[in-house]
Amino acid sequence: MPDIDLSVTPLRDLNAALHRLSPNTNERHWTVANPEGRHAVAVGLDAPVTVEVNGPVGYYCAGMNKQATVVVHGHAGVGVAENMMSGLVHVTGDVSQAAGATGRGGLLRVDGNASARCGISMKGIDIVVRGSIGHMSAFMAQAGNLVVFGDAGDALGDSIYEARLFVRGSVKSLGADCIEKPMRDEHKQALADILKRAGLEGDADLGEFRRYGSARQLYNFHVDMAGAY
Amino acid sequence: MCGIVGLFLKDPGLEPDLGRLTARMLGTMCDRGPDSAGFAIYTCGRDGVVKLTLRAPAGVAAADLAGRLSRSIPGSSVTVHDSHAVLSVPEVEEAAVGEWLAREAPDIHVIGRGSRMELYKEVGRPDTVAARFGLPAMAGTHAIGHTRMATESAVTVDGAHPFSTGPDMCLVHNGSLSNHNGVRRQLEHEGATFETENDSEVAAGYLTWRMGQGLSLGEALEASLQDLDGFYTFVVGTESGFGVLRDPIACKPAVMAETDDYVAFGSEYRALAGLPGIGSARLWEPEPATVYFWER
Repeated sequence: MPDIDLSVTPLRDLNAALHRLSPNTNERHWTVANPEGRHAVAVGLDAPVTVEVNGPVGYYCAGMNKQATVVVHGHAGVGVAENMMSGLVHVTGDVSQAAGATGRGGLLRVDGNASARCGISMKGIDIVVRGSIGHMSAFMAQAGNLVVFGDAGDALGDSIYEARLFVRGSVKSLGADCIEKPMRDEHKQALADILKRAGLEGDADLGEFRRYGSARQLYNFHVDMAGAY
Repeated sequence: MCGIVGLFLKDPGLEPDLGRLTARMLGTMCDRGPDSAGFAIYTCGRDGVVKLTLRAPAGVAAADLAGRLSRSIPGSSVTVHDSHAVLSVPEVEEAAVGEWLAREAPDIHVIGRGSRMELYKEVGRPDTVAARFGLPAMAGTHAIGHTRMATESAVTVDGAHPFSTGPDMCLVHNGSLSNHNGVRRQLEHEGATFETENDSEVAAGYLTWRMGQGLSLGEALEASLQDLDGFYTFVVGTESGFGVLRDPIACKPAVMAETDDYVAFGSEYRALAGLPGIGSARLWEPEPATVYFWER
């Protein structure tokens, strides 16, 4: 159980040590103290380990994550879990802009709020936010699921492709080509599966969520739609 | 890039530590702006006395000049901080200072004026700049600071923040305004004068103009949402207040912390990490197009 204190150990040394881990390592549980808002904490992991970070982190924490579980006990800055491939990233506080941006897989759970552009260009990641999300979230989202227990800001799902958006609270406005869609049993089942994986089974009434997705009118440019851009 | 910080104390017991805390905040933002730095600090003031912050150009000894000036102005006193001097003069003598400077030292800039505000800026790494001016030893009620990474104009002290365009009022800005030339023309029409071509100075001038119309800092910031275009995070100081505003798109980063003892602003959390009691502070990201301000 390595314990790393970032007020003593350089961040590069921590990340290098995490990158050296082999798939069958016995060092499966790491704790990190005193991150003090440093950027790029625990990025680029590719091993089935858990890293617990005690305190607020800066930009791009757990970016490009594969396999690993990264838990941040605190807030996270811009781009947490950006381009995640697999694994789990769990932030107990709020996250800044572009959380889970371009993520291809895995699960990002945020217990607080996410600010603007949450899930921008998401490509298969699942994101669960127990608070609210800011404007332009799921912009050009291509695949995956974004689940929001609270409210969504302006222009949700602008120019969205095939991602599914589930919002329990209000949506300030929908972006171009994003529409509300019926919440059928298959969608409730999918939502239940995501919440179960996030450790939030039974935490919210599935019937209270509304589903949003693509109207599929902007896939190819059509001059009649020019006004929608 | 650039970094901005601000610290507004609610607990008078922290006032002796304001400079030390602000210097640390500026130091952590060196990465965001290594080219120049500046800060404004609101210290003690006296009724009927105006503080003028004078900046001497390279090659001019601020101490010699300030000494000559204060000997010429009855009732004045001066403190020298590296290339800057803060002259305290009775209000009735202020016009005489302007005349003396125009006659004896026309290349001296008066970069700040007010009852409590002192303003310092120089080229160099922010931690070095803060140390040169002796910021860690300064006391006061609130301070704002800026670290500049020059991207669109030369690394000169004229381009360094904060900008002050009115008594005890100053602004730091992270971002870039797109309609500043038009707004500058409009404000010049209203009688405002500008020292530089800088967009941030226009933002400061705009707020000064609005507050001159009787608006509060909060109302002036609210009005700027309509009239200023571009991307910006502003932190503004007045004699008694401290305000924050981000553009509606929220292009530039911002994080705030509040405890019973202070309100703090940083471009990144790193700037706040050394503040007392930060572990239990309320932390949040300011909402886009939302005015935040505090008054003493």
